[in-house]
Amino acid sequence: MSLLIDVGTVLRGTVCDLYSNLVTRPTGAAVRTAIERQVVEIGTPVVTTIDFSQVNVLDFSCADEIVAKLLLRYADADGPTGYLLFRGIADSHLDPIEIVLERHALALVAYHDGFAELFGVVTDDERSHWETVRDHDGPVQPEAVARLLNIEHATAEHHLEQLRHRRLLMRHVDGFAVPGTMPGIA
Amino acid sequence: MTAVISVPPSLDEQTFEHVIEQLALVPEGEKILVDARHARWASPFGLTALLCVAQSRVERMSFAVPDNADTASYWSRAGFFRHAAELYDLHGTVPRQREAHESDVLLEITPVVKTDDVHGVVGRIQQKATDILHGQLGLDTAITGAFGMTLSESAGNIVEHAGQGGWVAVQAYRYTKRLGRRVVVIAVCDAGVGFRQSLESSPSHRRGDRWDDGMALEDAVLRAMSRFRHGDKGRGQGLAGIRRFVGRWNGKLTVRSGTARIAITPEWDEDVPMTESMPFFPGAQIQITIPERIGEPKAAAKSATGARPRSRERQP
Repeated sequence: MSLLIDVGTVLRGTVCDLYSNLVTRPTGAAVRTAIERQVVEIGTPVVTTIDFSQVNVLDFSCADEIVAKLLLRYADADGPTGYLLFRGIADSHLDPIEIVLERHALALVAYHDGFAELFGVVTDDERSHWETVRDHDGPVQPEAVARLLNIEHATAEHHLEQLRHRRLLMRHVDGFAVPGTMPGIA
Repeated sequence: MTAVISVPPSLDEQTFEHVIEQLALVPEGEKILVDARHARWASPFGLTALLCVAQSRVERMSFAVPDNADTASYWSRAGFFRHAAELYDLHGTVPRQREAHESDVLLEITPVVKTDDVHGVVGRIQQKATDILHGQLGLDTAITGAFGMTLSESAGNIVEHAGQGGWVAVQAYRYTKRLGRRVVVIAVCDAGVGFRQSLESSPSHRRGDRWDDGMALEDAVLRAMSRFRHGDKGRGQGLAGIRRFVGRWNGKLTVRSGTARIAITPEWDEDVPMTESMPFFPGAQIQITIPERIGEPKAAAKSATGARPRSRERQP
């Protein structure tokens, strides 16, 4: 099960129907709370996608309240299961988002024109493994990743598991995949 | 006896110090006349800071409006007298309030008290910001969103930290003195508690051997400290983000609070990084200056976390 949440609609429905800018911390906190409520009401979907395409200005405070705090909730042992994805992130949103990801040492998967992108704090090894999985045609097993990167199988397995633990990759019986690319697998 | 505070003919961030110096010599409780009769020009900082002067004392002050009709007319269009009339006893000819039609006034002087006000100022400048920043100042269109974000964070600073309302104004004008080119300026001023007192209210605040307004400004502007940082690692990013914004667009940031002033300066300016032991003025006064782009390479959009440019993010 997947859930798509349009942040612009949440903003207008929660705070003010005239707003199209995600600015100020109280606004961000109100929008995040509304998103969390939707996720709980629907029974914690496998993949929840937060869509920023209807948002003009995003400031640091809102990026922290919405993006960082939602990711932190998902990273928490008591937090929701499943995966959190983003889409509709414009270039002007990237700056505040990258700053808050850096501050909290977080990373996220975002879709842009149907292609997956990885933003935030990741090691070079994590990035190369993630991109190898993303660029593979379908789920990929650790041994195939090891072969493609010319590294030991155990090393590839370690990094892929680390990415799964950070919820940047999903694991399926057929192998690892970027969340959102393989409907129905967790 | 009434103390007369003379407003300099050209009132900007630097010359406003003359106003503060005069004000500091006047004992509390004494009557004050702020004399702007000889003023000919004022920056957005100058006008918003003049409103803070009225808020800096309990006693209501008098204010003599500029003699020059053009100056008074411009101050009126910038929204100054509408707010000044509530704070000062005005003397002289106050032009009838008209809308600001000039294309270089992005945002007339606007009070900021609550969160809704921040939404208001960011919403109001959106279209005009693109016209002026991109159309007139030749800046990359990418600046528009970042400009709104910077305006939001600087105005939001009043709501979160000042303890009372403040003022914001945005204007583009030719900065002849230093640059000889146009600039866009955001001025955000309040006469609230200031950075030192705000940071002192944090449960995690530890007063060291040296703790003063200069240290508080360094903590807030350079080290992204916030009174809310205790238990919330995400706080304090607003000013750090503004600093990053001015760095990216070759701009200048100054923040004055209490007895100190910090400046983040580009190569076109010779301001000193930190000035201390200044005459006390309450609250915080922020100025952000972004210059017109003339024949320079476009500011590169750098990634903080090493993400690759979007154009290359494609699956085979």
